[in-house]
Amino acid sequence: MLEIKDLYVKVGKQEILKGVHLKVNAGEVHSIMGPNGSGKSTLAQVLAGRETYEVTRGEVLYEGKNLLEMPPEERACEGVFMAFQYPVEIPGVGSAQFLKAALNAIRKARGLEELDAMEFLTLVREKIKVLGVDEKLLHRSVNEGFSGGEKKRNEIFQMALLEPRLCIMDETDSGLDIDALKVVANGVNALRSPDRAIIVVTHYQRLLNYVIPDYVHVLVDGRIVRSGGKELALELEEKGYALIEGGAGAVAPGRR
Amino acid sequence: MTPAQDRYLENFARFERVAAGSGQGWLRPVRQAAIARFAELGFPTIRDEDWRFTNVAPIAQTSFARANGSPTELSPRDIDQFAVPGLVGPQLVFVNGRYAPWLSSPGSLSDGATVSSLAQAFTDSRTVLEPHLARYADYARDGFTALNTAFMEDGGFVYVPRGRAIEAPIRLLYVSTETADPIVTHPRNVIVLEEDSQAVIVEEYVALGAEVYFSNIVTEVVVGQNSVLSHYLIERDSEQAFNVSTLRVQQGRSSSVASHTVLLGGALVRNNVHPVMAGEGSECLINGLFMATGRQHMDNFMRVEHASPHCDSRQFYNGILDGRSHGVFSGRIIVHKDAQKTDAKQTNKNLLLSEEAQIDSKPQLEIYADDVKCTHGATIGQMDEGAIFYLRSRGIAEDAARALLLFGFANESLERMKVGPIRKYLEALVTQWLPQGKLVEESR
Repeated sequence: MLEIKDLYVKVGKQEILKGVHLKVNAGEVHSIMGPNGSGKSTLAQVLAGRETYEVTRGEVLYEGKNLLEMPPEERACEGVFMAFQYPVEIPGVGSAQFLKAALNAIRKARGLEELDAMEFLTLVREKIKVLGVDEKLLHRSVNEGFSGGEKKRNEIFQMALLEPRLCIMDETDSGLDIDALKVVANGVNALRSPDRAIIVVTHYQRLLNYVIPDYVHVLVDGRIVRSGGKELALELEEKGYALIEGGAGAVAPGRR
Repeated sequence: MTPAQDRYLENFARFERVAAGSGQGWLRPVRQAAIARFAELGFPTIRDEDWRFTNVAPIAQTSFARANGSPTELSPRDIDQFAVPGLVGPQLVFVNGRYAPWLSSPGSLSDGATVSSLAQAFTDSRTVLEPHLARYADYARDGFTALNTAFMEDGGFVYVPRGRAIEAPIRLLYVSTETADPIVTHPRNVIVLEEDSQAVIVEEYVALGAEVYFSNIVTEVVVGQNSVLSHYLIERDSEQAFNVSTLRVQQGRSSSVASHTVLLGGALVRNNVHPVMAGEGSECLINGLFMATGRQHMDNFMRVEHASPHCDSRQFYNGILDGRSHGVFSGRIIVHKDAQKTDAKQTNKNLLLSEEAQIDSKPQLEIYADDVKCTHGATIGQMDEGAIFYLRSRGIAEDAARALLLFGFANESLERMKVGPIRKYLEALVTQWLPQGKLVEESR
């Protein structure tokens, strides 16, 4: 489904990704772990199409198509979804209007009929229950005044509503208490399916207790330095990134 | 004395002769005092601190004729386009500044409440008017107010007696029509709410043509103890029009006032909002949105006076400036010596959509009490690229994302308005104004 080949990315003059290779098949859950500043979030944002990043080398194929050539909205319509690490507050824009605009744009791109207000509401009510999101959030502006947990849950709710094929979660677990973490994990697990792939970008191993990955990759200084099964996450938890980096001063995930 | 001033003085002599013959003799002293003051003050210039960013020379140099009566050929169908869907309540329509009864539906209010033209109130409601008229809007300080006071002859009059709540919004619709020469009108609105009462007033200025005219408006509002008032000012003048308006609100103890303003039209607009919280424990919300494009100039001048302890004021003004337009926000908060426990907050946010658009934002705090909380903040910027990316990453096309975001910025102001039909009406007007408003409509 997704193939990243030798990806180099710069922000301004600083090189952040330095030759990332990654292959993700439908039905798989991959976790990308790494210390702060390793380039995890950059990778997620580049996949979603953030223009502040400059790709200097390499390619990304999604369903065989050149992902990097598509504007962000086209990626979304093709089924790519990133849950933001910091969801943006948009005062004055109602959540319901925003979700309906997004859903209908994507449905249109998929050749489906656009939903009217009633159909939309029915669908939203059905999805909203699963994630324990308060329906009142729909009547508020997008993310405005939401707590950290509400924002993250709202991201997963959007993911459930838009039914992407490739889900990228950018540190969705950071800042969540255990209850919120379980809600988010349940939401993600509900989305696991043979024709969908999920990439979980995280600093900590904690979320992976609930969302069991098929593969774990360790990103350090812009490169994937080690890949393995779910045990790798536990090993990292125990021994710290120092194990991989081999350098002094490296810290264990979750122990900073 | 400038030639422009001269012209007004000449006109005044003629005006007064006519007015004196129509049973308005009791107004003579105040009119004369006001015109004398105007002769001294003249029009402000940019050397006046309060007018630093707004040059009113185009107003001072234009030879305006006084409007003579309203054209009776106007029919209700001509003003259909200004109807607010779903809004029920008394409506007074003014054409070129004069009350047009055949277009109006004042309704009949019981329990001693009054909604009428000011001209009629001059004869019928003198006992209510006299203690308030020209007592608050200070013609000694301001040339425009002086001019309005000298020439006032019509406008809206609303009186709500003690204990009475009028729930239906009262709309004052001012329509300007095509005229042979540029005309000047001096609408004067007087709103009196006695103790423990409630009302909603919607003042709106619209045009049927595209010509030059000058509306010099003063609205005096007296809000008695424990009373609640919402005031809406919707300004949709023609693109060549001049509009100077002053909203002067006198607030009694524990009263609550909301002033909502939306400026969309006019070539040169000055919007003065001046509440005085004279009674302890009163509160006011001052909420505004101004959207300018082309060469429009919109100046918002707030003067919020905390004259008693325990009063709260909240100011929120959002501006969107496109083309070569120029916006101004001056937010002065004056906390008098005895106004302890004042809580005053001011926020002015501006979006510049073009390189040539310009905004001057100036907060000004004058605090003479020592136990107060005053905060102010202003932002000037372009659209938030992070927010645009967020919308796009959910499948929304870039132009639609920008339109939605722009609407959201304007809608922050509209969301504070409690009257549903007015809010919806304004949502539609604002959406029409937006360069890609169609895209916002489609997503609803």
